[in-house]
Amino acid sequence: MSIAINQNKCVGCTMCTCVCPGTLLEMNDQNKAYIQYPKDCWGCASCVKECKFGAISLYLGADIGGRGSHLSTTSNGDLVTWSIANPYGKSKEIVIDRKESNRY
Amino acid sequence: MRKKIIVKTYNTDILIIGGGTAGSYAALTIREKSDASVIIAEKANIKRSGCLAAGVNAINAYIVKGRTPRDYVEYASYDAAGIVRDDLLITMSEGLNRVTKKLEDLGLVIQKDENGEYVARGNRNIKINGENIKPILANAVEALKNVTILNRVAVTDYLVKDNQIYGALAIDMKENVLYVIHAKKVICATGGAAGLYRPNNPGFSRHKMWYPPFNTGAGYAMGIQSGAEMTTFEMRFIALRCKDTIAPTGTIAQGVGAKQVNSLGEVYDKKYKNTTSERVYGTVRENLEGRGPCYLKTEGITPEQDQELLRAYLNMAPSQTLKWVESGKNPSEQNVEIEGTEPYIVGGHTASGYWVDTNRQTTIKGLYAAGDVAGGCPQKYVTGALVEGEIAAIAAVEALRKEKCKEECTKESIEETREIHSQNFERIIGNKKAEMESILNREESMFPTEQLEEAMQKVMDTYAGGISSHYQYNEKQLDLAEEKIKQISELSKELRADNMHELLFVYELRERLVVCQSVIAHLRARKETRWHSFAENLDYPERSDEWLQYVNSKREGETLKIIFRDLVKRGETYEHSN
Repeated sequence: MSIAINQNKCVGCTMCTCVCPGTLLEMNDQNKAYIQYPKDCWGCASCVKECKFGAISLYLGADIGGRGSHLSTTSNGDLVTWSIANPYGKSKEIVIDRKESNRY
Repeated sequence: MRKKIIVKTYNTDILIIGGGTAGSYAALTIREKSDASVIIAEKANIKRSGCLAAGVNAINAYIVKGRTPRDYVEYASYDAAGIVRDDLLITMSEGLNRVTKKLEDLGLVIQKDENGEYVARGNRNIKINGENIKPILANAVEALKNVTILNRVAVTDYLVKDNQIYGALAIDMKENVLYVIHAKKVICATGGAAGLYRPNNPGFSRHKMWYPPFNTGAGYAMGIQSGAEMTTFEMRFIALRCKDTIAPTGTIAQGVGAKQVNSLGEVYDKKYKNTTSERVYGTVRENLEGRGPCYLKTEGITPEQDQELLRAYLNMAPSQTLKWVESGKNPSEQNVEIEGTEPYIVGGHTASGYWVDTNRQTTIKGLYAAGDVAGGCPQKYVTGALVEGEIAAIAAVEALRKEKCKEECTKESIEETREIHSQNFERIIGNKKAEMESILNREESMFPTEQLEEAMQKVMDTYAGGISSHYQYNEKQLDLAEEKIKQISELSKELRADNMHELLFVYELRERLVVCQSVIAHLRARKETRWHSFAENLDYPERSDEWLQYVNSKREGETLKIIFRDLVKRGETYEHSN
């Protein structure tokens, strides 16, 4: 369980470093975010949601059945679009309205 | 170049340790009730720290229409087989709906029906969108006046003298700084302890666990080391979860009515009692008797239900949605495999934690406990932790007010008393600074911190009832666990750290080792099996009425003294006697 940060998309805003409940994200010399202790990630996706530039994605480690797909989000007001992209270029999107509660 | 630690000092009326669920609500309450100055010391950043980081799927502790707070007490008491504090449960239950309303006022989305009533999910739950519950709480706290939030600051030690608290010591996670925070009252809201036992996924995904891996038991360890009385550490919590992702099962079980089935397709949950521990135990037994793996039967649910599950999990455990989508099969096409997690110590679900009075004051004067770190009051969930933050805050404010009146009469203040102890505290601060510098400047150590953490988890797993021993243990095994944990504790004195984050890892390991010793002592002290799996004592496999009592403990010198106490029953209120 961990996250990946796309260095090309990271603009160095540092927002992700403020929301990690384990303080695992840091900025490197090029002012890009990176995860300092990848094995320590809880998988909460706080940073994924915080990144306004879609630079951070969540993936499952192979030890828990991961097959290389990545989960990322973009948001527009109360609408959060979650994208799950597999390694072969296919992706699925799910849109959630923050103003709507869970049905379950 | 030799690394040096700078000491920085703060003074405040009330120090809150941990800005999670209970701590944040305590700050909100203090500001509503008084103008006392507040410092929140938070190991991460309060925006997403603590148990609520990923979000929550529902409000699981709520008094729905037609039910009463007493009903909730009865449910929690039954689930814990009687080892609860009635006075704590009822005071919590009475506040559940009040704090829920406050959360809604702050911006939490709660589902309502056409009459404007909250929509219930079962007997105790209401439906929400809990994805952003922590930012909602954190934003409210950040807007408060005269509340200083110290993010990335981890409290490691209490300043206690003659059983009275005077503040705490904390380390900065980035700068080489030791903070001395003088406080008149302290509210401990650190959360419970994860990472004591070998986790489900000990490799790359070792932190893919139910409880926050960053809750390392600091609050428990500081209390134990300062001589606070602790209760019911033998009642461990084991969550029944979706395999691998360790995502919650309740949303599937309650949301689409999925039953627990074994590999033969038999519904097995009715064979066992309907309690939290029995649902885990049933799954363990089915596996041991050759009918594993076990599942939640989702095959055959409707496409609409599929979509709702995918959405619901994105709001609280997104890895489960990722897993479903990645596998190319929706829940309707494959049952969800389930497993028990490693054991945790967490007073929000079981009854482990500080032994507190009804005001949530611990046995150390001026020190309060709220949320997962406070004992005697299980099934708190989010709202119960909020209520405890509120109760502790009101009690601390009231105590400050009374002391102020007394000071005006006697002209003696806590600052003056602290002055009397200042030499003692100067020595403690000096020792801490020297200890930190020694760890940061040590050039070699026999083992890295991570290796000792793995060693500790393996010992607890093998000899103190972890996953590999099916949560079972006997006294001989506990003796071995005690001996080996002591050996690892010795080794942990020689660890080194390159930076402050690594220094925190050293302290977190030491905290966990302290908690492990208490867990082992408590498991050994309760000579019965009151709760299957949570405390499965193979020497005493039956439940016995003789054990309808609390097992408490208190460190005296180097020994952990076990104290047995009578149950606090309905209508009774427990007060500390000295």
